[in-house]
Amino acid sequence: MSKQAVFNVYRGSQEGGDFQEFTVPVEEGMVVLDAMHYVQGFLCPDLAVRWNCKAAKCGSCSAEINGKPGLMCKTRIDDLPIESPVSVQPIKSFPIIKDLVTDVSWNFEMNKKITPFTPDNEDVSSWRYYQEDVDRVQEFRKCIECFLCQDVCHVIRNHEQKPKFVGPRFMVRLASLEMHPMDRVDRLPFIKEEAGIGLCNITKCCTEVCPEDIHITDNAIIPLKERVVDEYYDPVVGLLRGIGILPKRNKKKP
Amino acid sequence: MSDSLQAMKSTPLKSTQGWITFRTDAWWVEPLLTLIILGSFGMYATWAALQGVNYQWGPYLSPFYSPNLVEWFPQWFGSWPFSPAVLILPFPLVFRATCYYYRKAYYRSFFTSPPACAVDITGQAPKSPLALLLGQGKGYTGETAFPLILQNAHRYAFYFAALFIFILGYDAIKAYVWTDGFHVGVGSLVLTINVALLGLYTFSCHSWRHLLGGCIDCFSCDKMTQVRHKAWERQSLLNEKHMQFAWASLLWVAFSDIYVRLVSSGVWTDYRLF
Ligand code: SF4
Ligand code: SF4
Ligand code: FES
Ligand code: FES
Repeated sequence: MSKQAVFNVYRGSQEGGDFQEFTVPVEEGMVVLDAMHYVQGFLCPDLAVRWNCKAAKCGSCSAEINGKPGLMCKTRIDDLPIESPVSVQPIKSFPIIKDLVTDVSWNFEMNKKITPFTPDNEDVSSWRYYQEDVDRVQEFRKCIECFLCQDVCHVIRNHEQKPKFVGPRFMVRLASLEMHPMDRVDRLPFIKEEAGIGLCNITKCCTEVCPEDIHITDNAIIPLKERVVDEYYDPVVGLLRGIGILPKRNKKKP
Repeated sequence: MSDSLQAMKSTPLKSTQGWITFRTDAWWVEPLLTLIILGSFGMYATWAALQGVNYQWGPYLSPFYSPNLVEWFPQWFGSWPFSPAVLILPFPLVFRATCYYYRKAYYRSFFTSPPACAVDITGQAPKSPLALLLGQGKGYTGETAFPLILQNAHRYAFYFAALFIFILGYDAIKAYVWTDGFHVGVGSLVLTINVALLGLYTFSCHSWRHLLGGCIDCFSCDKMTQVRHKAWERQSLLNEKHMQFAWASLLWVAFSDIYVRLVSSGVWTDYRLF
């Protein structure tokens, strides 16, 4: 007999629900999304699962597998302890629509608050980029908006600070704009106040779950925290800028 | 933001209520180890700092007692009634306590904020006493309120820590200069490794990374920013290993003190290699 694995899949809606057990035959190379497709195809046609690419590139299939936030299409079954049942749940920080599908629209609302890229010079043909300027922000462009980092971040997940904190995904976007050599908008007041960077206590869960391996904490959040210190907490930087030893920030209000 | 979005809380799953996590791996090992190692280091360092004896032997000086205040400034510290280490240790202590890496480590292990990823210590679950002490029980404020807002001063702790590297470097060189000339003892090597590890830890700091080049938006813009970009790029390689350097230097600095202490109290014999 071929190998089998038991999945405890959450079924239900925002009103409540429960786990339902499914036994799925396991083949080499299978990922959790394959198992959910098997459930949909043969055992429970109305199981709701969101997915698109099955290649870890669209960010649709985020879930919590054995309690760990991850992409279902990137979590291989051979990496799971299938001697015991594997739990599959929707991401916890967002409201459930049905079964494994959640409503992540809060994230899009947060995104709208961020002033988009604003160059000085709109004439794109005159722009000259050098590799060293691109390298740093390129990492942030890898984001596939799976919102796993938003899901795992304890500020959002456990402390219900959604209104005050934009979350790691948008810290990544803010860093990509803030560090962009062509951008001219000063987003530091926003980063400190509305985006709530001080609420992040750099405990790095966002970095641990990011399927694109973006070093969210080390490369986006901590550098932004240091910029906030320059602007708001370090009297020496303020003084040196005031007397012209350090250059003033060449940025305008959003 | 619209009201409906404000109200978008996630309702706990019926059958998941009362669970703090569905993780099946040993997520508690890392915070527990951190608790044990950091806790033991804290206790040992406090004990060693309060001794005020056995911190010197031959050309060796325990890093907990460096700079040697009594020898360098006898007019000020000659009659200091307590152990000189209590004047020295606050500097490295504040440096480590405000370090971005250690913050992660102790927020997780001492404050359970959070203890591990997707382990949900929320309203109903017990909080660590330390978290309550720092007002984290009343509603989460992260690093926006006193006392944790002081973490923003980390760069100042870095400036002092950088100064200490030079002092410890001097001690390490001195550890080869005996009354009968140049010799290498095991202790000389212990103190050299100590300053090397502490140097790697200190100069892989995130605040230093920012100062070197992280604060610049346009690296290519002029000669100076190009040079700083190179420095930032190199330092970033060290920065990736900051956690490893943090632990290695912590353990080794404690070992260096133990080494000098045991040699000086006659328990261990210092071998002279040549
Ligand atoms: S490092 Fe900050 S943003 Fe990332 S998960 Fe932790 S608290 Fe949230
Ligand atoms: S930063 Fe990483 S974890 Fe967060 S949304 Fe983007 S890809 Fe997903
Ligand atoms: S289906 Fe596209 S990321 Fe998983
Ligand atoms: S970040 Fe760890 S020492 Fe500065």
